[in-house]
Amino acid sequence: MQIGLEHYLTVAAILFVIGIFGIFLNRKNVIIILMSVELMMLSVNINLVAFSSFLGDLTGQVFTLFILTVAAAEAAIGLAILVCFFRNRGTIAVEDVSNMKG
Amino acid sequence: MTAADLAIILPEIVLALFAMGAMLAAVYTSKDAMAAALTYGTATVFLIMAFYIAVTGDGTRVGFGGMFIDDAFARFAKVAILLSAAAVLVIGVEAMEKSDLLRFEYPVLITLSVIGMMMMVSAGDLIALYMGLELQSLALYVIASLRRDSVRSTEAGLKYFILGALSSGLLLYGASLVYGYTGTTLFSGIIETAAGGEMALGLLFGLVFVMAGLAFKVSAAPFHMWTPDVYEGAPTPITALLATAPKVAAMALFARVVHDAFGGAVGDWQQIVAVLAVASMFLGAIAAIGQTDIKRLMAYSSISHMGFALIGLAAGTAQGVEAMLIYMAIYVTMNIGTFAFIMTMEKDRRHVTEISALSSFASREPAKALAILVLMFSLAGVPPLVGFFGKYAVLLAAVDAGMVWLAIAGVIASVIGAYYYLRIVYLMYFGDDREGLDGQMGTAAYIGLVGCAALMLLGVINLFGLEAPAAAAAEVLLR
Repeated sequence: MQIGLEHYLTVAAILFVIGIFGIFLNRKNVIIILMSVELMMLSVNINLVAFSSFLGDLTGQVFTLFILTVAAAEAAIGLAILVCFFRNRGTIAVEDVSNMKG
Repeated sequence: MTAADLAIILPEIVLALFAMGAMLAAVYTSKDAMAAALTYGTATVFLIMAFYIAVTGDGTRVGFGGMFIDDAFARFAKVAILLSAAAVLVIGVEAMEKSDLLRFEYPVLITLSVIGMMMMVSAGDLIALYMGLELQSLALYVIASLRRDSVRSTEAGLKYFILGALSSGLLLYGASLVYGYTGTTLFSGIIETAAGGEMALGLLFGLVFVMAGLAFKVSAAPFHMWTPDVYEGAPTPITALLATAPKVAAMALFARVVHDAFGGAVGDWQQIVAVLAVASMFLGAIAAIGQTDIKRLMAYSSISHMGFALIGLAAGTAQGVEAMLIYMAIYVTMNIGTFAFIMTMEKDRRHVTEISALSSFASREPAKALAILVLMFSLAGVPPLVGFFGKYAVLLAAVDAGMVWLAIAGVIASVIGAYYYLRIVYLMYFGDDREGLDGQMGTAAYIGLVGCAALMLLGVINLFGLEAPAAAAAEVLLR
């Protein structure tokens, strides 16, 4: 079987959906949310590289490099905020991130 | 990369160098002791840049192979962003000092996020759009959790971060689909593909995802859930910033994407924007009624106002974009005035945000109460004030574009929304007389409050000539 563009897109779509569900269904740990965010970013990268190779156009791969860089910065900031939150609250369970409601 | 390209992004380069220089200078010298001076300095640099952009800007210049666009639309948005950020910095100094938050990172981070906003409104390419958006967002996540020792502030930062990252993910997924189905990330290339009659299904999916991501950033319902928590948890001067400059930038970016990249497929995105607008207006108006915290109330108020601004966008015409820009400028002015007051609300030397603390405020401070009355009436859109003209402009644009139902929905939502603004006024003038606010207001905040209220009254003459540049900006976007 030939592996074509649609297979790559399907894998990326599945990963993206897993990422979204990871954010909304996970009730345990904020770290898992960070992992889900990363998963979404990486599924986009698969999409872009697949398109880039399919179209024979380098722009998609350049975009991927930018996304990788930003995702690293984003993870660093997310973890930094999480550490601050943990120091104040003493827990990082998702259900405890709920001082404000309404 | 040529000198011509660099000349186009000169304001951004100057601000970036300023941010880095300020960071180094503060770290190597007196650190937080120079925070106040640095904050005023940053505001001055913003003002100079706004002046420079407004005066020297002329025509449309495109740099970096189409990635960066400097046109009348971008300049209008940039001036609004720079002026509002400068105003928020100046009126916030005292409140930040009182709560011991005036650190030198604060102006530096705001400068970085302003550079991001300026990149957003000038983006001519999906990559430039994404980089601008992330620079703005990453700086704002940190600013929202600036009060490191408070559960609420860090929780606000965490929620902002998670939902912001989710929205970036949605936007990126959309961008990847758009790239795949058009073969380019340049807006000028996308519009050629999208204009040719029927859009491919994948491209339509991409458009929907990109719009969902942008709707998060403008806090339009149903993507608004981060707004109340972040507004409530973040320190008040920072809430004031979140409610003003980033909203202008995100709204301008929204207009840029739908018109510059998908201008040939107005019918495809018009309905989505209209639904976002109606949902935001009604959710903002109804959910605000039960609020007891004034910052939360302002969050729902801003959701509702974003709905009104989106009406202008939903019209899909130059008139609509012009109305949207005018609306945003008025909205920002009203919010700066209101937050100038909210950040100085004090009781027994503690910052309070309960609405009930405003009870019978007018009997103690008639001048300030009058200014708030003007701002609240303007936010509600009561006719003689400027806020009414903003609402009128967007509703008129919707009617002229043949979307009468949208305009009727807007009127109904604005009537519902008037209730909670009037409740504040009622409490101030007719509330029970008891211990209320007793704090003093600094000069800058006082000028901010009274000045914005005065603008709401004086602007009825000709809106300070705002219409001409807004019309020019809208025209260049829809050329």
